[in-house]
Amino acid sequence: MCGVCGCGEGEARLDGRALAQARIPGEHGGHGHHHHAHGQGHGRRALVEIEQDILSKNDADAATNRARFGERGILALNLVSSPGAGKTTLLTATIETLKGSLPVAVIEGDQETANDADRIRAAGARAVQINTGRGCHLDAHTVGHAFDSLAPEIGTVLFIENVGNLVCPAAFDLGEDHKVAILSVAEGEDKPLKYPDMFAAAELMVLNKIDLLPYVEFDPDRAIEYARRVNPQIAVIRLSARTGEGMPAWLDWIRQASERALRARTASVA
Amino acid sequence: MHELSLATSLIELACEHAAENGASRVTRLRVRLGVLAAVRRALYFCFEPAARGTACEGAVLEIDEVPLSVLCPACDAVKTPSGLYNFRCPTCGTPTPRVVTGREMQLVSVELDIPEAASESPPSAHRSDDSTSARP
Ligand SMILES: Nc1nc2c(ncn2[C@@H]2O[C@H](COP(=O)(O)OP(=O)(O)OP(=O)(O)O)[C@@H](O)[C@H]2O)c(=O)[nH]1
Ligand SMILES: [Mg+2]
Ligand SMILES: [Zn+2]
Repeated sequence: MCGVCGCGEGEARLDGRALAQARIPGEHGGHGHHHHAHGQGHGRRALVEIEQDILSKNDADAATNRARFGERGILALNLVSSPGAGKTTLLTATIETLKGSLPVAVIEGDQETANDADRIRAAGARAVQINTGRGCHLDAHTVGHAFDSLAPEIGTVLFIENVGNLVCPAAFDLGEDHKVAILSVAEGEDKPLKYPDMFAAAELMVLNKIDLLPYVEFDPDRAIEYARRVNPQIAVIRLSARTGEGMPAWLDWIRQASERALRARTASVA
Repeated sequence: MHELSLATSLIELACEHAAENGASRVTRLRVRLGVLAAVRRALYFCFEPAARGTACEGAVLEIDEVPLSVLCPACDAVKTPSGLYNFRCPTCGTPTPRVVTGREMQLVSVELDIPEAASESPPSAHRSDDSTSARP
């Protein structure tokens, strides 16, 4: 039950559909926080129409980031997954291969510790760690600062490893070109249905840890079918960041996306 | 936590409008949430604690939920999918990734308490922001 207004159980039955208007005040009038009239007697009540996106500040910051990435032909990828799906492992494996052929930089988001940024640097790429503390996702403003301190060169592939969380990062645009959702086979194939926003927002789903398939009950085809239910156009790459199986497809995908980012810059500079 | 940052963003926005209008308090906020935002219940949870100590403390939060509709490229028409996460045209089965409604997260209006001193020279209490940042 909702601790604030007592609504709750009933809502869960909505079954994802219908959803007429949800009006709380009348029916939940018994709470102390509803002061319909308070006896000041002076002054007045005014209704102000606003019609503004709640996340408009973040969206504006994201648009700024996107423009700045675009100016330098940077491919920015926002990597999202549940905790431990293998984002950092995939990145270190990727960096080791791309090193020398493509400039790579990484913004690492974690609630605490600089472990992941240390792992990235050890793999040979530049990295900035953002610690979000209580926050469970990166926001565009913080990413903008991280970008300043990295100052990546033209044509860089900028990986942004978001905080491990399949819910919140979906709503916060960072200015990336694409979200990449990483799902590991240890998590169960129903994740795209349980966390549809994330898979709906992603351009690519990386199905990681396929080396573990013999040991877990996980049907990759079903996972892909579920992902396409929420996002018919999502691309899928199956790989193992540990063994390297499937990595070439991922690296090709990155190279192609990076070339597109560079071409877009050349077109706009010309 | 996402809901908390959403609640915080909402409260900051409402407080800004309160300050612009010389209001002492926000008594009511009306919010529009698409079903895909899927944060409605959680927003109720987070609103009160997040509002504490702000001009929104004690305000009533009203949420209008917006149903899902999608654009079918084959029918060239706006359709309601048969399920929340079944992005296919109910008529012809074509995938319909273009969401027309259902992703909204907007502050629609606020009701403000404006003290007498401020009321005497009423600022633009009924102004309507051009919604510059409509999401795609
Ligand atoms: N078997 C196997 N293990 C993997 C693979 N990729 C990652 N792991 C392991 O999974 C664990 C978590 O990997 P990380 O790369 O730290 O995952 P992450 O998504 O960065 O985690 P957070 O940043 O904490 O959310 C580690 O023990 C990795 O060694 C893989 O392809 N196969
Ligand atoms: Mg990590
Ligand atoms: Zn159709």
